[in-house]
This record gives sequence, C-alpha cells and structure tokens, in this order.
Amino acid sequence: MDFSTFLIQTLNSVQYGLLLFLVAAGLTLIFGIMGVINLAHGSFYMMGSYLAFGLSPMVAEAYGGGLISTFFIGVVIAIILGYLLEWMFYSYLYERDHLQQVLMTYGLILVIEEIRSILVGDDVHGVPIPDWLSASIKLNEVMTYPVYRLFISGVCILLALVMFLVLSKTKLGMMIRAGSVNREMIQSLGVNIKFLYRIVFAAGIAIAAFAGMVAAPVSSVYPGMGQGVLIICFVIVVIGGIGSIKGALIASLLIGFIDTFGKVLLPEVAGVLVYVFMAVILLWKPSGLFKAGS
Amino acid sequence: MKKSQIIFIVVLLIALIGLPFLGSEYAIDWMTKTLIYGIFALSLELLVGTTGLVCFGQAAFFGIGAYAVVNISADLDVPDTVYLLPISILLAGLYALFVGALSLRTKGVYFIMVTLAFAQMAYYVIHDTPIGGGTDGIYLYNKPSLLGFSLNSSLAFYLFTLVCLFFVFALLGLITQSRFGRALSGIRINELRMRAVGYETYNYKLMAFVISGMIAGLAGYLFAVKDGFVNPELLSWHLSGAVLIMIILGGLGHLRGAFIGAFAFALLEEFFRSEVIFGSFAKYWHLGLGLSIILCVAFLPRGLFGIPFILQSTLLGTKSADNESQIEEIK
Repeated sequence: MDFSTFLIQTLNSVQYGLLLFLVAAGLTLIFGIMGVINLAHGSFYMMGSYLAFGLSPMVAEAYGGGLISTFFIGVVIAIILGYLLEWMFYSYLYERDHLQQVLMTYGLILVIEEIRSILVGDDVHGVPIPDWLSASIKLNEVMTYPVYRLFISGVCILLALVMFLVLSKTKLGMMIRAGSVNREMIQSLGVNIKFLYRIVFAAGIAIAAFAGMVAAPVSSVYPGMGQGVLIICFVIVVIGGIGSIKGALIASLLIGFIDTFGKVLLPEVAGVLVYVFMAVILLWKPSGLFKAGS
Repeated sequence: MKKSQIIFIVVLLIALIGLPFLGSEYAIDWMTKTLIYGIFALSLELLVGTTGLVCFGQAAFFGIGAYAVVNISADLDVPDTVYLLPISILLAGLYALFVGALSLRTKGVYFIMVTLAFAQMAYYVIHDTPIGGGTDGIYLYNKPSLLGFSLNSSLAFYLFTLVCLFFVFALLGLITQSRFGRALSGIRINELRMRAVGYETYNYKLMAFVISGMIAGLAGYLFAVKDGFVNPELLSWHLSGAVLIMIILGGLGHLRGAFIGAFAFALLEEFFRSEVIFGSFAKYWHLGLGLSIILCVAFLPRGLFGIPFILQSTLLGTKSADNESQIEEIK
C-alpha cells in the first residue's frame, strides 16, 4: 500500500466513522437518557436520505436554492417529525420493559419502510452533488479525492463540535448529561423531564436524518439502507459505553478504520472484523469503553 | 399441571392432527412452516421467558442446524434423519456452548449485543466462505428419510414436525417444572439472591443457553429439510428479531405464549399478504403487520396470552388467581 492509497483510505475511514457517529450519538443519548432501545433509529437515517432525494429538485425549482437550503428544510421536517413521534409513540414506552420497546420500534421500522415504498417506490436513486462541491483534489498522477467527501467530514466535525459545546457548556447540556447518569435524581431536582426527553429525542432524530441527507450523494438512496447502519450503530453504542458521547465518537472512528481498512487489506473476512472487535472489547470491558455522561 | 394447560394441549393436538385431512397441500406446507417457527420460538422462550436472558442471535443456531444437514447429506448416498438430526443438534449446541461461555460474562443490553455479534460472525462466515455456497445458498438434493421411510410427502413431514414440536413442548415443560427450571426462574427474578443461596448461576445459565441453541438447531434442521434449500438469510439478524417478536407478541413466561406468538405472527403475515382481501395493496403487507405490532404493544402489554385475563377483569370485574400470581411474580 503506497502513501496516497493509505491517505485515501484514511480519509474514507474518518468520513465513514464521523457519519456513523452522527447516527450513533442520537442513539446513545436516547438510550442513555430515556432508556429506550430505538430500533427505528436507522429508519430516520434512511428518511433523511429520501428527504434529500425528494427535496433537492423541489428546492431547486422553487427558488433555485442548493444543498444548504435542502439540508435546512430537511432538518426542520425531521425535528417536527421527531417531536410528533415522541408525543405519539415513544412517550408511552419510557415506563415499559425493554422488550416492549424492541417490539414497538420493530413495528415502526416496518411501517416506515412500507410508507417509503408507497410514496417513493423501491428503486435505487441518486442525489446530485452540487457544482461547487463536485471537484476532485489531485493526489498524484492517477489518484484523486472527491471534495464532497471532505465536505462530509468537515460538516460532521462541525456538528460534533456544536454537540460537544452544547453538551458541556450549556445548561441544557448539563441536564442531558445528568439525565444520562441518573434519571430519577434530576427529575426530583425539578427539571421538566418530559420536555427534556422531547428535545433530546427530536435532536437525535434530526441528527440521524441529517447524516442520511449528507450521505445521500455518495451512498445513493435505496430501500433498507437504514438497517445496515442501525446494527453498526448499536455496535458503536455498546463499544463506546451506553450514554457516553465521547465513547460513541471514539468507537465510531475505530469502527470506521477497521471496516474501511479491513475491506482493503483482508477482503475475505471484512464483514466479520467489526463484530470480532466488538466481542473482544466487551469480553475485556463488559460494559463498554466509557461510562455514561462522559 | 393446571387445568388450562391440559385443555390447551389436548385441543391443540386434536386440531393439529385433524388439520391435514381438511386442508390443501398449500395449507399443510404453511402449517409445517408455522410449527417449525413454533419450535424455534419455544427455544428462545427458555432463554428469554424463563431465564431472563435476551438473546438476539438465536438465528445463528437455527442456521447452523440447517447448514449442517445440507452440507453433510450432500456426501451421503442414503441420508437418514436418525443420525443427521443429532449431528445438526450437536453442532448447534457446540456453537451455543462457545457463544454462551463468552457472552454470559456480560449483562443486560451488552448481552443482547454480544449475542448479536456472534450471530453476525456466523452469518459472515457462511456468507463469505465456500462452505455455505455464498449468497446464493445451497440446495438439499437428497432429502433424508426416517429409518428408511420417506419423508418426501408434505403430509409425512408435517406429522414428523408435529412429533418434534410435542417432544420439545414436553421437554421444556419438564425442564420448567424441574428443580433446574425453578433455578432458572430464580435467576430471572433475582440473580444475586440465587448466588447468595449458593447456586453457581453461570453454569445454570450456560446450560439453558446450550439447550436453547440445540432446540433452535432442531428447528433449523426441519426448516432445511422442508424447503430443501438454505441461504445465509437463515442466520441474519432479521430472523433473530422476528423470533424475538414472536415470543413477545405471544406473551413471555409461558410455553404456550411462544407457540401462540409464532402462530399469530405467521397468521398476520399470511393475512396481510393475501391478495383476496387487500388486492394490489397486499404488496405492502409490512404496513399492516407493523401497525398490528404497534397496536399490540399499546393495548396488550402482556402479549396475546394476556387477552383472557383482560377480558375476565373487564367483563366480570374480577381478577383471576393466575393473574394475581403473575403480578406477584413480576414484582
């Protein structure tokens, strides 16, 4: 492996890992704070991709807007949807057993997937990369690296930073972190827990949908795309330690590297590697790398 | 045994034996598939309902049982169930021993994810290596017979599956009534206390895990022989999820619940897929299935098994003894 291949694969790993982090962050917060196993989280990633696919021609037609306005409208829709879903379905699950949550969110996956099928059909679609991001950077005579992938990494890092600032510097973040360590305690300290739940849930959904939107131009848009992401993200959440944002970040990057380099160096066993890694980590540290709230 | 249990089993037995004489070939085939899912669900019920261990990788043992019979019988002239079935069960049990020994070190959600990880490993090994024929799967050309009797007709195979189901039912019934089964229930309710009383809970859990894996292997064997075809999807997490859904749908904590759940799941699927009722909309059968699952969670928190108790308490305004004993058990 020469240096430029190595560089390309490293950039790809980082980009993939960061994208996974966006989905896993919402998952780990929803799990850590509300104690809900949200199997439907991958479906929101898929929903985001389809939003990008559906909105971008509409936005372009309406006022000639580009990618950023598509993202903005998509995120607003996702927040509203997350808020409504929390109110309609998830708020009934907090007191229930984990298995009931698994059952209901499994039902939601089926429903969302079929609604998607009714509305958009089962074909694979592409989302165009806007002109100002469609260039490639030349690494040597033969190899280039698309700017859009760098853009994805940049946006993800920015979002991760915002998330970090909100969680560690604001009062809301303080409540969220406290909530992921001890739910009952902050409730008894007078924090409006219902409101907090709704915000965290809507934010988690919006970030997952945003990840789907950003990824849409490179990964294309296809049925069932959320489910592969869901399983990988559960792996990340568990490796990083449930409820830990820092853990999710580190685990996402590790998984990104293992998966990308595994496919290049050991293609025969690439599929297994991630799971072997997870099993090893959990046998070494049975409750993940980091504690909740970190 | 309680009266309700005996009534359930007798009615079930009569219905299941009588059914093939009324139904068409398609109905028999569908029933066979459902009975196999019933066995599969029962295997998981021992773990989830009795021991309180939520395994999200049950499909691995199912798939190993299925792949074992297809791979081994390919080299034989006259494959026979008498030795192929034990081999399938044994292989599934060995993998369960390996997975259980490692994953039982973790707890709760981590346990769920580790079992998923081991199932995914098995999936990718079958999917990516030549032993499993890759994504396309392999055919079982030479169906095993039973002591020289052919199991090729769907009626014969249906009856054989039925015998297996009742054997599993009886075995699990005995286990849950036994001292060993009581210990497993104790572990579900309060593991720490069981340890304090002097039980080596790890060994008990491992034993339950292996038995469960072996029964799942049996179900996989039956599935492979019925369809004459295996593919990696038999080990996928979708199937692990579906079987978990079946037992939750039926109601945890009862062997009957697992069976009812498997049956209800298959019935719902068949209902929403039927083009006679839904016309061209039947293509979107997942929608109906998903909505009914959500409704079940909302209105039947204890699964389908809880319906009689809900009816009893709303119609008569009384609480049955069974209901109260269960509430106590949950506490």
